[in-house]
Amino acid sequence: MPVSERSSKLVYDALLAAGVEVVSALPETWLVHLIRLAEDDPGMILVRLAKEEEGVGISAGAHLAGKKSAMLMQNHGFLQSVNAIVSLAQLYKIPLLMLISDRGHLGEPDPWQTQGGKATRPVLDALGIVTDELRDPGQVQLQVARAMTLAQASLSPVSLLLTRDLMWEALA
Amino acid sequence: MKRVDCLAAVYDRLAECAVVTIMGAVAVELYSLGHRANFFYLEHAMGLASSMGLGVALAQPDRRVVVIDGDGSVLMNLGGLTTLARYAPPNLTHLVFDNESLLSVGGFPTATSTGSDLAGIARAAGIGNARTVTGLDEFTAAATAAIDAPELACVVAKVEAVGPASFHMDLHLLENRFEFQRALRPAPTPD
Repeated sequence: MPVSERSSKLVYDALLAAGVEVVSALPETWLVHLIRLAEDDPGMILVRLAKEEEGVGISAGAHLAGKKSAMLMQNHGFLQSVNAIVSLAQLYKIPLLMLISDRGHLGEPDPWQTQGGKATRPVLDALGIVTDELRDPGQVQLQVARAMTLAQASLSPVSLLLTRDLMWEALA
Repeated sequence: MKRVDCLAAVYDRLAECAVVTIMGAVAVELYSLGHRANFFYLEHAMGLASSMGLGVALAQPDRRVVVIDGDGSVLMNLGGLTTLARYAPPNLTHLVFDNESLLSVGGFPTATSTGSDLAGIARAAGIGNARTVTGLDEFTAAATAAIDAPELACVVAKVEAVGPASFHMDLHLLENRFEFQRALRPAPTPD
């Protein structure tokens, strides 16, 4: 069962429509098409990271320099970058749009992902970060737009969880 | 040599650049030489001054960006040096003041006191224009050349483990954040 190219394109187009010009990313399986779309787009500044927390710094710099940005990472990448989110994005009031792949949740077959799945939503909540689930392809553009609007108005991180339902080709 | 003397020697050059410093003595000393709206002091998230600088440099390719870092901070984000090297924005300069210690918490030695070579690590990470300097004239020449050069450059300055009498700055971090954002408008255009 492959990762959905169609859904990836919907998400990428939604990021463009929301005015994103800088994407920081650390790949995982669910994000490969999304990252490739960013790479193939000459108008997009794509930064492939060594570690996800760098993307928080890059997004902060881009924001202060006048460009909207987004981070693409696995939920473990989100967990890795928590201190940067707290002590840079939240402390300095940076609108940080995070697209986070929802690993370790219902339907996860990989044992090593399952602990992170249990931690993702509670940690987002503990940090007071508003989060939404991207599940219905027909709603993706609106949800991404609204997430960006909230991030810019609140000058704070906003999370969009890329769900299994959206990112994988549906079972027949 | 002293960090504050190095900063004073290149202050006029820094004044025209977007500057991102990490916290501690380097922030306070730059501030004490004369705060400007285009100076941003990252008072937390150690390691990420260079990532912030990369974000500014990529977003505004016609703006000269200088990151002023410390050895403790760079050691926290060595992987970030590979990201800097990968994208190598020509408008970015990374100055690292290496006093071989975490000064503001009491002066605990870092790994650069036992042989870790940050300029060597930067070169091995892919930042070809990376060097270590130990004298004030050497620093002034190297830092000025690095800022002027249309390529990514790193200068590691070995400095004494001394700092200011007080680490207080009369500038709240949020005031600095909004002022810096406004100072970066509009993005410069090519000459």
